[in-house]
Amino acid sequence: MTVPATVARIEREAADALAGAANVEELRGVVTMVLGKRSPIVRVHRELGALDPDARRTVGKQLHDTRERLEALAAERLEALAGAARAARLEADRLDLTEVGAVVSSMSRGHLHLVDQTRRALEDVFVGMGFEVEEGPETETDWYNFVALNIPLAHPARSMWDTFFLDVGEPETVLLRTHTSPVQIRLMERHAPPFHAVMPGRTFRRETRDASHLAVFHQLEGLVVDHGITFADLAGTVETFANAYFGPDIHTRLRPGYFPFTEPSAEVDVTCTICRGEGCRTCSHTGWLELAGCGMVDPAVFDAVGIDAEEWTGFAFGFGIDRCAQMRHQLADLRLLDENDVRFLRQF
Amino acid sequence: MRAPLSWLRDFAPFPNDIPALVATLDDLGLVVERVERVGEGIGDVVVARVRDIAPIKGADRIRLVTVETGDGAVEVVCGAWNFTVGDLVPLAPVGAVLPGGLEIARRKMKGVVSNGMLCSGHELGLSDDHEGILVMGDTDGVRPGMALAEALGVQPDVVFDIAVEGNRPDAWSIAGVARDLAGRLHLPFTIGEPTPPPSLGVPVGSLASLEIEDPDICPRMVVRVLEEVSVRPSPRWLARRLVLAGMRPINNVVDASNYVMVELGQPTHPYDLDRLAGAGLRVRRARPGEQLVTLDGVTRTLGVRGRGLADSGEDCVICDAVGNPVGIGGIMGGESSEIGDATTRVLLEAAYFAPMAIARTSKRLGLRTEASARFERGSDPWGIDRCVARFCELVGAPVADGSLDVRGEVPQPFRLRVPTARVEGLLGVALAPDTVASLLEPIGFGCAPADGSIDVTVPTNRPDVRRGPHGVADVVEEIARTYGYSRIERRQPAWPQPGRLTAYQRERRLLADTFCGLGALEAWTPTLVDDADHALMGLPGAAVAVTNPIVKEEAWLRRSLLPGLVRALARNAKRREAAARLFEIGTVFSHPDEAGREARGGADGSVPAMLPGERELCAAVLFGEGDDARTAVGAWRVVAAALRLAAVDLVADGNVAGLHPTRAAVLVASSGERIGALGEVDPDVAAALGIDGVRVGWIELDLARLLDPAVTARRPEAAQPISRFPSSDVDLAFVTPEGVPAAAVEAVIGRVAGELLESVTLFDVYRGPAVPEGTRSLAYRLRFCAPDRTLTDEEVGTLRQAIVDAVAAETTATLRQ
Repeated sequence: MTVPATVARIEREAADALAGAANVEELRGVVTMVLGKRSPIVRVHRELGALDPDARRTVGKQLHDTRERLEALAAERLEALAGAARAARLEADRLDLTEVGAVVSSMSRGHLHLVDQTRRALEDVFVGMGFEVEEGPETETDWYNFVALNIPLAHPARSMWDTFFLDVGEPETVLLRTHTSPVQIRLMERHAPPFHAVMPGRTFRRETRDASHLAVFHQLEGLVVDHGITFADLAGTVETFANAYFGPDIHTRLRPGYFPFTEPSAEVDVTCTICRGEGCRTCSHTGWLELAGCGMVDPAVFDAVGIDAEEWTGFAFGFGIDRCAQMRHQLADLRLLDENDVRFLRQF
Repeated sequence: MRAPLSWLRDFAPFPNDIPALVATLDDLGLVVERVERVGEGIGDVVVARVRDIAPIKGADRIRLVTVETGDGAVEVVCGAWNFTVGDLVPLAPVGAVLPGGLEIARRKMKGVVSNGMLCSGHELGLSDDHEGILVMGDTDGVRPGMALAEALGVQPDVVFDIAVEGNRPDAWSIAGVARDLAGRLHLPFTIGEPTPPPSLGVPVGSLASLEIEDPDICPRMVVRVLEEVSVRPSPRWLARRLVLAGMRPINNVVDASNYVMVELGQPTHPYDLDRLAGAGLRVRRARPGEQLVTLDGVTRTLGVRGRGLADSGEDCVICDAVGNPVGIGGIMGGESSEIGDATTRVLLEAAYFAPMAIARTSKRLGLRTEASARFERGSDPWGIDRCVARFCELVGAPVADGSLDVRGEVPQPFRLRVPTARVEGLLGVALAPDTVASLLEPIGFGCAPADGSIDVTVPTNRPDVRRGPHGVADVVEEIARTYGYSRIERRQPAWPQPGRLTAYQRERRLLADTFCGLGALEAWTPTLVDDADHALMGLPGAAVAVTNPIVKEEAWLRRSLLPGLVRALARNAKRREAAARLFEIGTVFSHPDEAGREARGGADGSVPAMLPGERELCAAVLFGEGDDARTAVGAWRVVAAALRLAAVDLVADGNVAGLHPTRAAVLVASSGERIGALGEVDPDVAAALGIDGVRVGWIELDLARLLDPAVTARRPEAAQPISRFPSSDVDLAFVTPEGVPAAAVEAVIGRVAGELLESVTLFDVYRGPAVPEGTRSLAYRLRFCAPDRTLTDEEVGTLRQAIVDAVAAETTATLRQ
């Protein structure tokens, strides 16, 4: 057989061997066998010296071409086999992601209570508007809860706040605060104006629980005392807050009201969050929902804490945190808030 | 307050646009809670006379009634029993439509045909009375067949149900509402002078006497005497107005008194003069323990101090001329001198009482009446005369000449100087003095513009306006109210101080977020609890009691978050939501005898008072699958890492109330203060609270201490360098006697290894045959690393040996071979 014919045969056999490798591992063995140092091609190459110059040139080129073709074939096979191997591996890994069940329950995220989330959201709105956040005790003396707020002993206005009294000291002198307003007094007593603060916290009223009343609930009080603060600033602040918390299409209106600690006093209504002002059952077809009470700080309150009512003016407002949550999340029954049913807690 | 439009129109010509009237009233702060249309839909109802009442076979609740309507007899079936043959009753014939839309059809009941319906006042929308059929008096030309509306003089009307604020006694009357509304609508407000009644021709002083012993609680009283009174039903128009206003007509004398109160706001009290033991009245403080039976038949004990700082135990009693109590002044009359059918001589009393005195007595007796509610807000002492005259006009009987009028110090109109700058300073809107006058004058204030201010005369029907500088704010409210709050332009104020949360508030949020990250749900458990919960936990000390709880299970302030949280788990477990982690951030209270806070108290803030101690806690119950004390320790480590706490020691403690005695530890901060506790809930306590036989992990943290860096040190804020050199691990297992805490071994490792120790991890705890009885093997992995070099085996080996020796020497734990 001529040398070129031998080379051609070697190529045929090598190509067959490469094509026959079943996997990457086998292929690597075949590659060593057909292209490695002991391969027939190398052997023929070593024997080139025995040929005449012309034949040597011809066979040399043939060997070179053959090697190139085989190498390309090997690369091609390697890619195919590796791809197939990867495909097989991945197929073996196949996972239906919708069949994942309780296996990863340990990874569940907890939830802040809806009231806490609401409180944070409210705090954040007011912090953004330049308010600090103040807190105070839940038990108070009659003085902080009533007298300093211009609600003297036995004043009929006290019937606005059904009070839990505590068996401490003289009868009816220590109580569970009925509103967060005592924090105003404590703040003003401790520091000099100006004040720009909101005061969230838990409050207590001796009322029977029902779908829209809790005996223990949460309020957020606001107080601004500064030079040149007017009713117009109060109205603007309340509107800015409502837009920021409830949304830009929610507006406020102020109506005259009565609170002993503010004068003038106002009730704040907001656009009904259910019907957006169109009128519905929730808002008794008025398009408005009651949200808050507010007003200009009464001079008697300034007197109680020793602030000069001629120099400083201020406004205060207060509303229910639970009620905000109720309005925003359309809670049919406020009692859901303190029943700690995990099916409720996990919703928010 | 219920205000019929027709009655309001006695004072000003109000238009018929009901929505506009409602909007105006709302904007004036006279909030309309309900609008009721009455007297509509009764056009089909006629008057009928009852001819016959017959039983129906097989029915014991309904009867067959034959009525005469003028053009024939009609048979109807009726279930009411309050009428007899001969009575005049309303008949809704077949085809009639009643208010509320009920259409009357021919019906067959128990084999008998009913050709209509006899109606109650309620069914006709005329009164709240649904007990029986509306039976009409047989007077004034009412005859069968007449339209009911004509017979009753009922016109269609609109009733506004108005919520009047507590500081507006002036508006708590028909005339008061009309005054405000007319002012805003620029309509003329007129209040007519009552027509003088016929004179008896004798001076009132010859028939009765009046004496006020304590004018401080009753500064003014007026008495008039009427004779030849015949007590009978009121005229229909008057009775109708009272019904619309929500009152029940009784007789012409009592009704006139009520009418005057509704119309003008002044309560009055008529006495049967012949039933007073002495002809006349004396007003004085009640003697301690004095008793009186009030109109409602209840025996009241007066003059005894009740609970609370505010109560002086002073009550105002009204006595007859010989000193027998006949009424509690301003609150309720006595039974003994009540107007009855036989009354012919009436003594009318009208007074001004000190508002606070009425408020005190009303509160202590738990007796709130139409009169007391008005007097405690402050009536108009100078409005009395008109009201007395109006009463006499309405009753129409001859009146003795003059009135007895005894006065002490009666509030007078007063002047306030209101600077216009102050008005602008409070409202943010500049109003000219003329504008202010045009707002205030229609509602009864006098206005005289002065230099840069307005001299405002405050009428005596406005007790909400204070004397002195505080009164300026009260007047400004009236200016704003009548001007319209909505017309005040809004402004967003700004100030240089930034808004912010305190470090405590930020870290408290971080703490809550961390518990959320651990899969816990935030709960809100009751502040008011049963003291039995504290006993159950074995908490030493006393809880603060609520003196007026709603229920006895909620009569104490909680001293721990544990019972509430475990109960919340139990309740969820009952709903088959067994596994859960709950946490709560809330306040617990201690009795002032143990840990109280001093605060200002007393009537003027000058008396120091002790308040309960309050601590804000964060606690968690860990009740997920497999949770126990270990979970609590793991959770604590996450919390400590989140808050960047430096070393906090876990010290085993078997005496933490409510916790498992052999699975609990307290957390001791670097300062030596105890900042919390953790472990498991005592299984017996858990069982008593509803979780039986399953471990409940527990963490409780005292926030004031935990979040105070002075108490609980933090890792430095500065970034710690990270070594570029490889680290070396050494595993050491120590055979450690039970009783030697792992923390003790770890403490020695940490101290001896020094700065080269990058971390130490307890990776295995072994108890079993391979170690001696009474010991366990604690396996630690120590990772050493130097910032500036690769540690040599020799260096690490030396450290290792030093650690082994020190641990053995200090803790008796020996290296496991």
